[in-house]
Amino acid sequence: MKQTSVEFALEIRKLILKLIFKANASHIGGALSMTDILAVLYNDILRIDPLDPKSEQRDRFLLSKGHACTGLYATLGIKGFFPIEELDTYTNDGSRFLSHTSHYIPGVEISAGSLGHALPIAVGIAMAAKRKQATWKTICLISDGELNEGSNWEAIMISPQHELDDLVLIVDYNKIQSLGFVKDVIDIEPLKAKFEAFKWNVKEIDGHNHTAIKLVLSTLDTNSKQPTVIIAHTVKGKGVDYMENKLLWHYKSPNEEQYETALKNFK
Amino acid sequence: MRTAFIDQLIKEAAVNDKIFLLVGDLGFSVVEPFAEAFPERFLNVGIAEQNMAGIAAGLAIEGYFVYIYSIANFPTLRCMEQIRYDICYHNLNVKVIAVGGGYAYGPLGPSHHATEELGMLRTIPNMVVAVPGDPVEAKAITTFSARYNGPMYIRLGKAGEPLVHAADAITEIKLGEILKVVEGAEIAVFSTGAMLKYVADFINHNNINASVYSFPFVKPIDQGLLASLLAKYKKIITIEEHQMSAGFGSAILEHTNDFLNDRILHNAPAIKRIAIPDKFFSISGSQKYLREAAGIILQTKDFE
Repeated sequence: MKQTSVEFALEIRKLILKLIFKANASHIGGALSMTDILAVLYNDILRIDPLDPKSEQRDRFLLSKGHACTGLYATLGIKGFFPIEELDTYTNDGSRFLSHTSHYIPGVEISAGSLGHALPIAVGIAMAAKRKQATWKTICLISDGELNEGSNWEAIMISPQHELDDLVLIVDYNKIQSLGFVKDVIDIEPLKAKFEAFKWNVKEIDGHNHTAIKLVLSTLDTNSKQPTVIIAHTVKGKGVDYMENKLLWHYKSPNEEQYETALKNFK
Repeated sequence: MRTAFIDQLIKEAAVNDKIFLLVGDLGFSVVEPFAEAFPERFLNVGIAEQNMAGIAAGLAIEGYFVYIYSIANFPTLRCMEQIRYDICYHNLNVKVIAVGGGYAYGPLGPSHHATEELGMLRTIPNMVVAVPGDPVEAKAITTFSARYNGPMYIRLGKAGEPLVHAADAITEIKLGEILKVVEGAEIAVFSTGAMLKYVADFINHNNINASVYSFPFVKPIDQGLLASLLAKYKKIITIEEHQMSAGFGSAILEHTNDFLNDRILHNAPAIKRIAIPDKFFSISGSQKYLREAAGIILQTKDFE
């Protein structure tokens, strides 16, 4: 029987934890907050083939928050885009698995690390799709803090102008950015009203509820002449009780004891 | 030069249906014929250069040959990180076109003076930096760009520059090519970009026995030919409409040093660099006035 997205998410979380623990790397909080979205996308939604990752007809998924690369690497590794053992080299000298997403990894559409870059690229890809009358979707996942970047708003403004209704933006709204809570740094609320004012279709969901994620992604209105944004309310560090909603876990890597404790969380 | 560019681009787009032109809400009375001929491959993305560069990257990922077009610093400095990371790191087929190189838009002030971008762009891996010297070179460079796979920057002048080369003198240009414009003895002037007309006229009007070479590429530069020119002349004068640091003259110095170090060259000629001396100009002035104010001028004593 096919694995469910919930089971898949648990596997991804375990692998994220292992990768970050072994590499003593940062950014576990933001990887765990988007895990359920990735699990649903790659389990149930995206038309992709690990054996043909550049297939012309594939859906294009662009991860903008490249620092959360462990989430995408784990997802792609489990899906078989590359030999999963290769993930053991993550951040090692000479490894192609650096700590931001790399387009040299099969299944990764673009390299990302500097914030506010992926959405404009996604707009270009969606424009190409329109001109080619292609049926694939362009889906871009950004962080909430990343909405501080003006380049994102340039892209948000132009998308409805060109009726990019096959473009989907997902905001991983985990409420914490690099140096504080989003509401304390630059409050992005009212976010739904902002996107509505910019003429987007706006959906708001619990970004950890698989049924809700699947429903919104499988019922997109692609003839509305408007792009769609999914504001996914998430929890930074989701799934590991002592990491949840803690700024510290934007940076910190678990020690051995914390690693064991976290693994127990996943049982 | 911008007319030569757009006329040639239209010709290229007629035979290559992947050519796509994005403009940043600029190009009045220049880009309209392209937009009319190829409406599906033209887009005014508005006054948003970061987004323009990102969209270009997206279109290029999907197989288009994308040109982004705006004035001076806007398609370059304003979106430098998108050029570096999205376009050059991904090695995409995007050509960045800036009109108004150097002081071409003189009286508009430093916001519109493109006098630092060559240095910034030539440090980026995968990037080709082209600076045509007259409309004939601009046409040849445009043709080259439409066949070249990878990121490229083209600094154009404005409209109405006089020709230096005969109209049909350049049928094809090769990557890094150096063009001989005037044949002389002992001293050579290496000119890049729109300084060429001034240099050729100065040599002719003053009956100076010196050679003039035009460098339509600041990066890369034909290494074999450059080394032979450095060995041939006892003095080289480089001239450019750019800050002294990191530009064309700097590139020539770097290559000269490396040739000496690698023993490709045994004696270096004297090299005089003419460029902007690390300065902004907050006064109004024509291109000619600002060049003179910055000291971008040749003097007969340079050739004694």
